[in-house]
Amino acid sequence: MIQIIAFYLMAAVTLVSGFCVVSARNPVHSVLWLILAFFSAAGLFVLMGAEFLAMLLVVVYVGAVAVLFLFVVMMLDVDFAALRQGFARYMPVGLLIAAFLAAEMILVSYAVATNGAAKDAVLPVANGGSDVTNAEAIGRVLYTDYVYFFQAAGLVLLVAMIGAIVLTLRHKPGVRRQVIMDQVLRSPKTGMRIVQLKPGEGMDQ
Amino acid sequence: METTPTFWEGPVGWTLLTAGQIGLVMIWILLSLAFLLLADRKIWAGVQMRKGPNVVGAFGLLQSFADFLKFVLKEIVVPSGADKVVFLLAPLISFVLAFGAWAVIPLAPGWVVSDLNVGVLYLFAISSLGVYGIIMGGWASNSKYPFLGSLRSAAQMVSYEVSIGFVIITVILLAGTMNLRIIVELQQGWFWNWNVLGGGGLANLPIALVMIPMSVIFLISALAETNRPPFDLPEAESELVAGYQVEYSSTPYLLFMIGEYANIVLMCAMITVLFFGGWNPGFPTGFMDSWPDFFRSLFGFLVFFGKVIFFFFLFAMAKAIVPRYRYDQLMRLGWKVFLPTSLVAVALVAAWRVFGPAA
Repeated sequence: MIQIIAFYLMAAVTLVSGFCVVSARNPVHSVLWLILAFFSAAGLFVLMGAEFLAMLLVVVYVGAVAVLFLFVVMMLDVDFAALRQGFARYMPVGLLIAAFLAAEMILVSYAVATNGAAKDAVLPVANGGSDVTNAEAIGRVLYTDYVYFFQAAGLVLLVAMIGAIVLTLRHKPGVRRQVIMDQVLRSPKTGMRIVQLKPGEGMDQ
Repeated sequence: METTPTFWEGPVGWTLLTAGQIGLVMIWILLSLAFLLLADRKIWAGVQMRKGPNVVGAFGLLQSFADFLKFVLKEIVVPSGADKVVFLLAPLISFVLAFGAWAVIPLAPGWVVSDLNVGVLYLFAISSLGVYGIIMGGWASNSKYPFLGSLRSAAQMVSYEVSIGFVIITVILLAGTMNLRIIVELQQGWFWNWNVLGGGGLANLPIALVMIPMSVIFLISALAETNRPPFDLPEAESELVAGYQVEYSSTPYLLFMIGEYANIVLMCAMITVLFFGGWNPGFPTGFMDSWPDFFRSLFGFLVFFGKVIFFFFLFAMAKAIVPRYRYDQLMRLGWKVFLPTSLVAVALVAAWRVFGPAA
């Protein structure tokens, strides 16, 4: 009973906030709606008993990715009028992508409805018990059957990270850089000099 | 044998029961916050050889309540250029998140609102959301200083979250579970079972060489994550007036402040639960077996709370005696010192689990 109410509530919030992401006039508001959409999607995951995925969704997407989105969007000086103009032009492409996504999701849910969820296929293999938490179940599959795919995904991320660093790293010649070692190793003995001065006389360097 | 569910197991009773538990936890946190806030100011004052608040009530004990009334009774000023909805939403988010995280903290044997089996991840998720209150508040104020403060804070919190995450992973590796209740139960008995000393008895003691530095890194990262001195750059009052909260007054400001302090106490509770045995007093508690459940839980709760207060004392002392970091030093510490150190620690602890005596 509570679960049904919670499902419809969170599903409705997800849909409405998803719509608002597209329709909000202010891009910062769009990102905030997006965060709400992620969050209620995480709630839906919890309802399905996939609490590990739900937490990961919140940690990765809401806690890290959306923060960067928000960061960038806030710093940008966006021309709202120009954004509006492109809307009609990009509409067909957007609709096409939406149609593809919808078709894929229908296919997936059809497969689950006919063949049963992957969870049921995996859990008995794992150790047959129903008291395996889903973090454990994912781990057992991810690090055994799919370990090469997992490593490959890690490699792709590493390449992307190195690429980002290479693109932004610039060594300008002639810039005096801070050497932290020198700063940390400074002591009163090496860092300062005590001079006795007579009143009225300066000090030559 | 089928037993008919009692009222408390039905949907309505369950909702009422959970709401009651949440209410109890919230009241306890708010009440203890009132006095911890005072303790914070008193410790700060003591270090600087001042008296601190001492007028309202005996020894100033009622100071926090006077402050509360002062904040609530003032007028809420919303700047005319501000984004009104986001401006008022930001402190609410800070407040709600700071309290939401307490749902999974095991306060005593059997005393926990929600016994999640991904409790650690939940804590991490909620505390990674805390940055939103600050960014939204800074942006919605439509003013330069708050915006600068919120940008600083976002960068700072995101940076230190990474090392906190890795430190938490070392604990998860040692405990082999993400359920906070089980993590605490594994640390029962003598104090060398605490995760800070390796967990799992004397055989695991060598890994304490890794875990003790990890607990220190966690404590320092917690200071940075909660924007406490020496890492209070987001509200560095000598540079940014008061950072993201410049434009806030009265109740919205109060919500920000309570959220901030609730987060600090939460971090103290996390250190207690993850590293220092939670409700376990550090010696075998076999003598309590004949006690009623309630008194055993109460004893555990007092132990837990005592540890939390001890770590809060450390936080307060750090505020009083450590000068503020420079921003580039803060970033360097997070990315170039803590991140590699905690990464190596994760590798070491994982290796210990695979090749060590516990394997």
